[in-house]
Amino acid sequence: MTTPFIALSAILFSIGAIGVLIRRNAIVVFMCVELMLNATNLSLITFARTNGNLEGQVAAFFVMVVAAAEVVVGLAIIMTIFRTRRSASVDDASLLKY
Amino acid sequence: MTAFWILAPIMVLSALGLLFVRKAVHCALLLAVVMISLAILYAVQEAPFLFAVQIIVYTGAILMLFLFVVMLIGVDASDSIVETIPGQRIGAAVLGLALGALLVIGVLQAGIGTAVGLSEANEGGNVQAIAKVLFSENVYAFEVTSALLITAALGAMVLAHRERLFPKVTQADQAKQRMRDYAETGKHPGNLPAPGTFARHNSVETPALLPDGTASSASVSRVLLARGDVRNAEVAAAEFDDLVQAQLEDADEAPTGSASQSKEDV
Amino acid sequence: MLNSLSVLSSQSPVVAPQGAGDMTIPLILVLALPAAGAAILLLGGRRTDRFGHLVGTAAALGSFVCALVLFFNLLGQPADSRAIQVDLWTWFSAGRWQVELGLLYDQLSALFLLLITGVGSLIHVYSIGYMAHDDRRRRFFAYLNLFVAAMLMLVLASDFVGLFLGWEGVGLASYLLIGFWQHKPTAAAAQKKAFVINRVGDIGLSLGISLILATFGTTSFAQVSELAHEANTGVLTAIGLLLLLAACGKSAQFPLQTWLLDAMEGPTPVSALIHAATMVTAGVYLIVRSNFIFDLAPDARSAVVAVGTITLLMGAAIGCAKDDIKKVLAGSTMSQIGYMIMASGLGTVGYAFAIFHLLTHGFFKANMFLGAGSVMHGTNDDVDMRHYGALRKAMPVTFLTFAMGYLAIIGFPGFSGFWSKDKIIEAALGENLLVGICAIIGAAVTGFYMTRLMLMTFFTKPRWEEDVHPHESPKVMTVPLIVLAALSVLGGLLLINDWIVKFLAPVVGEVHEHHPPIPAVAVSVIAVLVVAVGVALAWFLVGKKDVPREAPEDVSPFVTLARNEFFADAFNDEVIAQPGLKMIKGLHAFDDGVVDGAVMGGASAVGGLAEVSRKLQNGFVRSYALSLVGGAVLVLLALLVVNL
Repeated sequence: MTTPFIALSAILFSIGAIGVLIRRNAIVVFMCVELMLNATNLSLITFARTNGNLEGQVAAFFVMVVAAAEVVVGLAIIMTIFRTRRSASVDDASLLKY
Repeated sequence: MTAFWILAPIMVLSALGLLFVRKAVHCALLLAVVMISLAILYAVQEAPFLFAVQIIVYTGAILMLFLFVVMLIGVDASDSIVETIPGQRIGAAVLGLALGALLVIGVLQAGIGTAVGLSEANEGGNVQAIAKVLFSENVYAFEVTSALLITAALGAMVLAHRERLFPKVTQADQAKQRMRDYAETGKHPGNLPAPGTFARHNSVETPALLPDGTASSASVSRVLLARGDVRNAEVAAAEFDDLVQAQLEDADEAPTGSASQSKEDV
Repeated sequence: MLNSLSVLSSQSPVVAPQGAGDMTIPLILVLALPAAGAAILLLGGRRTDRFGHLVGTAAALGSFVCALVLFFNLLGQPADSRAIQVDLWTWFSAGRWQVELGLLYDQLSALFLLLITGVGSLIHVYSIGYMAHDDRRRRFFAYLNLFVAAMLMLVLASDFVGLFLGWEGVGLASYLLIGFWQHKPTAAAAQKKAFVINRVGDIGLSLGISLILATFGTTSFAQVSELAHEANTGVLTAIGLLLLLAACGKSAQFPLQTWLLDAMEGPTPVSALIHAATMVTAGVYLIVRSNFIFDLAPDARSAVVAVGTITLLMGAAIGCAKDDIKKVLAGSTMSQIGYMIMASGLGTVGYAFAIFHLLTHGFFKANMFLGAGSVMHGTNDDVDMRHYGALRKAMPVTFLTFAMGYLAIIGFPGFSGFWSKDKIIEAALGENLLVGICAIIGAAVTGFYMTRLMLMTFFTKPRWEEDVHPHESPKVMTVPLIVLAALSVLGGLLLINDWIVKFLAPVVGEVHEHHPPIPAVAVSVIAVLVVAVGVALAWFLVGKKDVPREAPEDVSPFVTLARNEFFADAFNDEVIAQPGLKMIKGLHAFDDGVVDGAVMGGASAVGGLAEVSRKLQNGFVRSYALSLVGGAVLVLLALLVVNL
């Protein structure tokens, strides 16, 4: 039985996507991105079990590593923006427009 | 599957909480619930190594990092509920639900069916098996990932680095500045006069009286001055005068009295 | 009208120069010296102010010496091998067409060389005195040298393109010198006018050269003269007419004559050198040099004769009406060049006389212009003859030398002008009676207006301005006058034994024996008599009466016409300038409205669209993310639909 796992993964992914779309605090948006990454990890691991080899687990491992790197840089950027603008809202950084 | 059916609702609820909770700290905690649950699901799915990694890296490191940043930015910072972009919420809800529905439909349609299981692959131990795959066919990707991590660490340092715009002010500099101020503006280099000195009250709201009897505004906090909580120096001085006068009179009376007494005594 | 000319056309001589040999160096030097002088004076700037006039004069004199060396060497050669050529370098080559920069020195060039460098040198010397008080004398000499170099290039070029180089060079020098006193608005306007009108002629020359190139595949005189008889007469006529247009521009012939009178705004030595003796005769040179084309294009020659005849009468009429001494002389120049153009249009019989008259005219007209300059020098630069009178006592040398020029131009027997003009009239009568009669009338009018000038300037009663004290000019100015006066008197010697005709024959063709309808002596007598009538008329109308200081207003329409130069300026303005301006305004409006409208309209349409669509870029990351998710949903939907 793997379908429920995949379905859960899909649901978590969608929730993460909605979170990215509606939350304004940059940190929370970032957390939602992490949620989406984790959801994909779940499906990767499920696929590994489905197929009976470890490639999926290795891929999930790489996703984790890359996510770690991304978090480090992303949070640093959020910090820098906050330092200069005194705001962590993604809507405030909206000068690059028409 | 028992674990799954227990954990899945918790995870979905926590994830939904992520959407509706207003404080970032609560979000982080909810995310922690999701991640730990995910770790258990990994364990269930014959991935003990990733179970450990998920706990250590995600819950332990990444979420802690999130919490640090939340603390730095202001733990009480919370989102406003008012949506500023017209149609964003509705659009997000519709599209997000559509995305989820389509993904689920797709999964159901694909009919993944029964799992082969990893008992064979994990025969010599899950960690060893992953290591075998990781360091044989994926070794190049692994090395590149390490380079990525180092680059990210450097990048974070560069981003977080703050350039010192002015040289650091040392104690010697401060002393020199004080003397310079004295030379140029006549500002007294020594300590400010303490409030309450030579006054009837020794509270901070009472200005110090200078030797000529005037009050020193430098002796009381500017905040108090702005709030108007400072005792009027004139009034204080007058009170003081009265006091002195009274005491002098007492003193005068006492000797005369004693004199008369002495006279009387005499 | 002039069809009788065509029978005379015969095989014209081919230009076949030989190597220059020993003469290479003088031939290059004759051109290089004034060019170097101009370069030194222009590039040296203010450092050369103190000795600039000396350098310029030395360059001109050196060039004259070289020209003399060349001339005497040429005389020493047999008549049929006198033309020499120096190929300097390939100027440019395009495809099969190669333009060699070469110097061609033949009998025709030789006479021009002597005239240009000789008169040029004298005028350089004269200018030392005339321009003595001008701050920009060095620049003046630089321009003069530039002019001499360009003019020499014009007459020495072995190729139409080289000639064009000199042609434009003299145009430039003329422009610079007419407007030399550029602080005067009239001078600035005059220089612009001269330049623009010359441009019309230059278009004729460049089109003519292009047509020559298209027809013959070459522009060198030698090759074109060889191939000319193979060409179609119509094409040759077209080339001839285009060259005539060029000549009209440069030589101030009808209908491009209007610039010359205004060009008198330049310093008088310039008027003498450029606008009397040399540059304005370049048109005559061009026609005579292109004799191999005109000989084969009788219709073009008829046009040349017509233009020359009209101009000679028109110039003479203008000369009668003007009070400005330089403008009278300018009108006279137009008229005399009209004689030359007419003569050169007559074909082989006329070429030599055109050149002969060109030389004598160069002498006496330069003499008179310099004399006029001397008069102005003595009267505070006044040019109005009504303010002169009785100057002969105050400036005897100027008077005497001017008188020599006067006698020469009216054709007093024995003087140079007599011989040259007489020959032209004779040839004209021989070709066409009407043209001949016009030439004779022109001679009479010449006698009238020159006598009027003489009387108003040197005789009658003094009408000087109050603060004017006429005095004789310095030696440095009078010596050139004396030399030119001598040349004016003696220029006729060139005709002894038909020397000049025989001398030029290898270039312009042998003159066949022809019998004029009236004997030559009779022609001379008639000419002298009509001139005498003109002179006498002037005596009675001007000499016997008091000359008013102000020009009378109530004059006959004919005088008004002549005073206003036949309203040529107004005509040009009305017929060419105004419609041109209107057309340009129309084109401008079209460009603004239609062309720009289309371009700008398209641009603003795109801009408007962008104005609307740029609102999509609202700067909110979340909006962008929403569209991203929308895209993902669409992709998923597509995948599912395909799978279903």
